[in-house]
Amino acid sequence: MNTQSSAMPEFPGSPGIAPASVSATRPLYWSIRRELWENPSIYVAPLAVAGVALFGFSLSSIVGIWEKPLRLNPAQPQAPYDMAAGLMMLTGIVVSVFYCLDALHSERRDRSILFWKSLPVSDATTVLAKASIPLVVLPLLTFAITVATQWLMLLVSSAVVLVSSLSVTALWANLSFLRMSWLLLYHLLTAHALWPAPIYCWLLLVSGWPRRATFLWAALPLVAIAGVEQIAFHTWHFAALVGSRLIGAAPTVASTSPDMFPTHPMTHIVPVLFLTSPGLWIGLAIAAAFLAAAVRLRRYQGPI
Amino acid sequence: MACVEARGLRKTFGTTTALDGIDLRVEQGRILGLIGPNGAGKTTALNAILGLTPYQGELKVLGRDPWTERDQLMRDVAFIADVAVLPRWARVSHLLDYVAGVHPRFDRPKAEGFLAKTTIGRDRKVRELSKGMVTQLHLALVMAIDAKLLVLDEPTLGLDILYRKQFYDSLLTDYFDRSRTIVVATHQVEEIQHILTDLMFIDRGRIVFECSMEEFESRYLEVMVHPERVAAARALRPMHERQALGRSILLFDVMTLDKVDRQQLAVFGEVRTPSIADLFVAVMNNQVGQARGAAR
Repeated sequence: MNTQSSAMPEFPGSPGIAPASVSATRPLYWSIRRELWENPSIYVAPLAVAGVALFGFSLSSIVGIWEKPLRLNPAQPQAPYDMAAGLMMLTGIVVSVFYCLDALHSERRDRSILFWKSLPVSDATTVLAKASIPLVVLPLLTFAITVATQWLMLLVSSAVVLVSSLSVTALWANLSFLRMSWLLLYHLLTAHALWPAPIYCWLLLVSGWPRRATFLWAALPLVAIAGVEQIAFHTWHFAALVGSRLIGAAPTVASTSPDMFPTHPMTHIVPVLFLTSPGLWIGLAIAAAFLAAAVRLRRYQGPI
Repeated sequence: MACVEARGLRKTFGTTTALDGIDLRVEQGRILGLIGPNGAGKTTALNAILGLTPYQGELKVLGRDPWTERDQLMRDVAFIADVAVLPRWARVSHLLDYVAGVHPRFDRPKAEGFLAKTTIGRDRKVRELSKGMVTQLHLALVMAIDAKLLVLDEPTLGLDILYRKQFYDSLLTDYFDRSRTIVVATHQVEEIQHILTDLMFIDRGRIVFECSMEEFESRYLEVMVHPERVAAARALRPMHERQALGRSILLFDVMTLDKVDRQQLAVFGEVRTPSIADLFVAVMNNQVGQARGAAR
């Protein structure tokens, strides 16, 4: 990469002038690449689920040529696309939870933390790279894979509609694909990244603490708080709060309709409603505190 | 500026004292061997130098505080903690990419050159490599980093003799040039004896002995004493005595002898330079205070 560096004269007092890769974002970029190398499930799981969804949809569409109940309705083509998107979001949540619970644990378990710490990468960079997987990488990846899947679904249904000699134009006109994609992106970044951020950052923090059983350490305090609340006040507010954060039930839309699927063209998205909700900012503040604690914790941690 | 400078370095784990006020100074261009029994505090000392553990007392590595500035320090410090710290899921190419991506002083073609001399394929995963090959890989990565200080903590533990010899040979021929500093902690003293410039014994969190290798070679003598002269030799108060092949082997600190006695040694029997291991055993068996008196 920097072949000249060894030929350059040494200036003992100037450690920072090496030619290449002095930019602060490079370690972050490569640390994120490292996470993707270590955890291929980040992209394999969504791809696998997308494949299954596409297979199911194709099967249903083709069988629908003969079986009336399964036939596509070009006037109401939305449902299977929403279903596929929902499935992908669920996958994203599951992958995120498992990823976070292992994020700061695996490098201690396999002792490789000694190797990572031997390189000029700060603990903050490492923790931020790990946090960006559920908060940035997975939402964007889920978006890209979902849109690609929906495109393929559209192609399949177009072919089926053509064979059934129905109107392709009606199908395309009713679907408003672009709008659906924008809504999906908005929903993923708000409801599945910013809104559940405190949950993911909590899991990340806990993964850096115990020697084993990270899930237990992450879940027990939550269960304990919910249990105390139930016994003392006979309510489930805390459990509901955690649950709603995790599944992405964020106030991103004015819920005039009980149909909460984000890709629905009738959904009324109200970004202001979301950005002005105190819950969002309280959650982000808590997430930032958890991340700061995780950075500090990693400084003290060695192999286990 | 010394490469590593510590004053009153202390570290306790609960009630156990791992480092009990160590004073340490390693100058640039030295190869220091840190030798001590298990649990002596070697790894703790190295971890403090590398910014892996908090400590009490003063410590400066290349002018920096390792605990608060680990990431900047690691631009100029490389270390191999022990044999198996490379992530097992990684491919060789991943590690090359990653280090090239984050390290401003990594010379990738150089690392590739070292790897070309081995049988390690670029697409192999670390988990598929033998222990010896993982060490070769780690060494190839580390030697391609233009670091000022290299720290090795039991780098060859569990390797066979061929890999161990190769490890230190390539370190000397391909890496060390008088401007670099190396600190190595190991049990396998014999193999590093010829590469060291300085020697330090550490026991129960204290430095019990330190000297340069020139001093070591001129100051300590081992005499295989003829049986009939053992009593006379013992009268000169050797540091240590052991038996081998039916003969008494006495270890002397020449500084404690006067000129006449020194000439006497050759009369007692065959005189030679002891190995570091022999001196280590002698020092460990003696009183800690006495060993300190012998130190420079």
